[in-house]
Amino acid sequence: MIQLIWDGLFVGSFYALIALGYSMVYGIIKLLNFAHGDIYMLGAFIGFAVLTSVGGIPASLSIGALLVVMLVSMLLTGTAGVLIERLAYRPLRGAPRLAVLITAVGVSFSLEYGISALAGPNPRAFPIRLEGNVFVLLGARISLPQIILMLIAAMLMVLLNFYVEKTSTGRAMRAISLDRNASLLMGINVNQVISRTFFIGSALAGAAGVMAGAYYGKIDFLMGFIIGLKAFTAAVIGGIGNIKGAMLGGLVLGFVEAFGAEWFGGQWRDVFAFAVLILFLTLRPTGILGQRVTERV
Amino acid sequence: MSENVDTTLAPRTTRPPASPISRLFESKQLGWIALAIALLIPLLIATPYSLNVMTTAAIFVLLASGLNIVVGYCGLLDLGYIAFMAVGAYTAGIIAKAFDLPLIFTIPAVIIMTVLAGLIIGAPTLRLRSDYLAIVTLGFGEITRITANNLSITGGPSGIFGIPGLLKIGDFDLQEPAVFYYVTVLVVAAFVLAAARLGKSRLGRAWRFVREDEDAAEAMGIHTYKVKLMAYIFGAVWGGFGGILFAAHLSAVSPQSFVFLQSALVLMAVVLGGMGNMRGVVIGALVISLLPELLRDLSTYRYLVFGLLLVVVMVFRPQGFWPARGYEPERMGDVSDRRLAKGTVR
Repeated sequence: MIQLIWDGLFVGSFYALIALGYSMVYGIIKLLNFAHGDIYMLGAFIGFAVLTSVGGIPASLSIGALLVVMLVSMLLTGTAGVLIERLAYRPLRGAPRLAVLITAVGVSFSLEYGISALAGPNPRAFPIRLEGNVFVLLGARISLPQIILMLIAAMLMVLLNFYVEKTSTGRAMRAISLDRNASLLMGINVNQVISRTFFIGSALAGAAGVMAGAYYGKIDFLMGFIIGLKAFTAAVIGGIGNIKGAMLGGLVLGFVEAFGAEWFGGQWRDVFAFAVLILFLTLRPTGILGQRVTERV
Repeated sequence: MSENVDTTLAPRTTRPPASPISRLFESKQLGWIALAIALLIPLLIATPYSLNVMTTAAIFVLLASGLNIVVGYCGLLDLGYIAFMAVGAYTAGIIAKAFDLPLIFTIPAVIIMTVLAGLIIGAPTLRLRSDYLAIVTLGFGEITRITANNLSITGGPSGIFGIPGLLKIGDFDLQEPAVFYYVTVLVVAAFVLAAARLGKSRLGRAWRFVREDEDAAEAMGIHTYKVKLMAYIFGAVWGGFGGILFAAHLSAVSPQSFVFLQSALVLMAVVLGGMGNMRGVVIGALVISLLPELLRDLSTYRYLVFGLLLVVVMVFRPQGFWPARGYEPERMGDVSDRRLAKGTVR
């Protein structure tokens, strides 16, 4: 039982980290960024490229090296996110929603098969593998890397929350998500703020990618597909567009999956997650923390 | 972009002058010409390989025409369309094998199952915003594949094999590659024609209205939910027939045939060809399914190119290479949005 809760918490913190990017972008420009899961994959591959080009890293330094690689990867995936917004999404602002969605699918496809063409279609082994002692706490098996990764994830989320709640850019983001035209009239540089939102969301996904690579030890070009779907599910569970909701949704989804897999069998894990998504969309499409929005014409 | 868009409201004289090529494309006989070409090709090249490729392409055309009802006519993005083909193929395969029936007798069961599948996925989600629908269909596609992979009735990861042929009466076997090709082409042609006619019907006009402006359609007395559900169900049935042909063609069904990539390829055929225009979609489907056979050397970059093409088409020519005539101009949205995007306002 405790074990399941711990597993759910751990996986859930990954989902939360990726769900944040989905939710932020959705909140600010009402765009469902299908390519977000692939940014996570891109982050893992950038980490892979940096580590292989540096060469062997002594095992004692692996945590420090991981942090450095994560920062590099976050910078690059953040830039990639900004470029994608600038080249693919911005020209279509104000276009019919269908066109934007299809563009997002195209971006996702390009990223997946671009990486597949560059790095090859086969899974790659991640150069650092976090291994540590497993100890037992209240009957749950917990390893040191799990704790470290969770701490990093929690730290990033706290930083993000501070950024959105306290800084002027964060205030601008919230203003734009409420009313873009009014923010424009109030002198907010809307394009720049949207770019920053993409940068932050993509950087978080990139960080999650490096962490997943280091923890699971294996990366491939389709790894972002399923996790992107699940992160979206997490964002919907929490209430899409809501930052705290995304974190909560990630954890809830983590628990649901851990318990579902225990009761129904591991091969049904993904089915379970999507069933929860469909259930939520049917019964409470605004999520746990979302407010009811009336669709304006 | 607005100069490319033809409006039904504008006087006819404002249409750009028709070039000979576009006049050919507009001509009423084009469908028959295409059908004649499809029927004559086996007389020129009838190697087993070419027949196989052409049959696959024809089935792909059927799928694209079905998805065009959902995406092109009604404007609902379906990212898990291949799931309906999976439902059709598995239903047909399981029943035909269990009762040792020719596949043709499984048609009623396939129709029932695909309509049910369309209802199950459409009923809860069609009330929601269109982007939720997109992701739910994506999830549904994955659920279908994973379920087929896990259940024992569907044969698990290895699937079902040794499915009986379409029909066999005495010595006359529809499973003969050349005969099967002809059967496929005729069935597909009938379905494409039916989809095109549907698009011109009262229901088809309602679909278009919903696509262009759902709120206005609702205000004009169209039951948008019902209309959208109809589009979904029709799309599902088209996919189901694609599944029967697929099962008959390969005489085997396995979960690997129904990955997201396949749904995305069908979507690309619809989008590149021109959403809502059945002729454009047929050509798009032929290009998407035949081009990789011609460009085998570039196979590593194939999907990358498809993805980039999707973005480029949406940014520069959102109505596709060959849009439907009378495509209404897109809604202007917020004027400040567009000016902002172009950088005239900061």
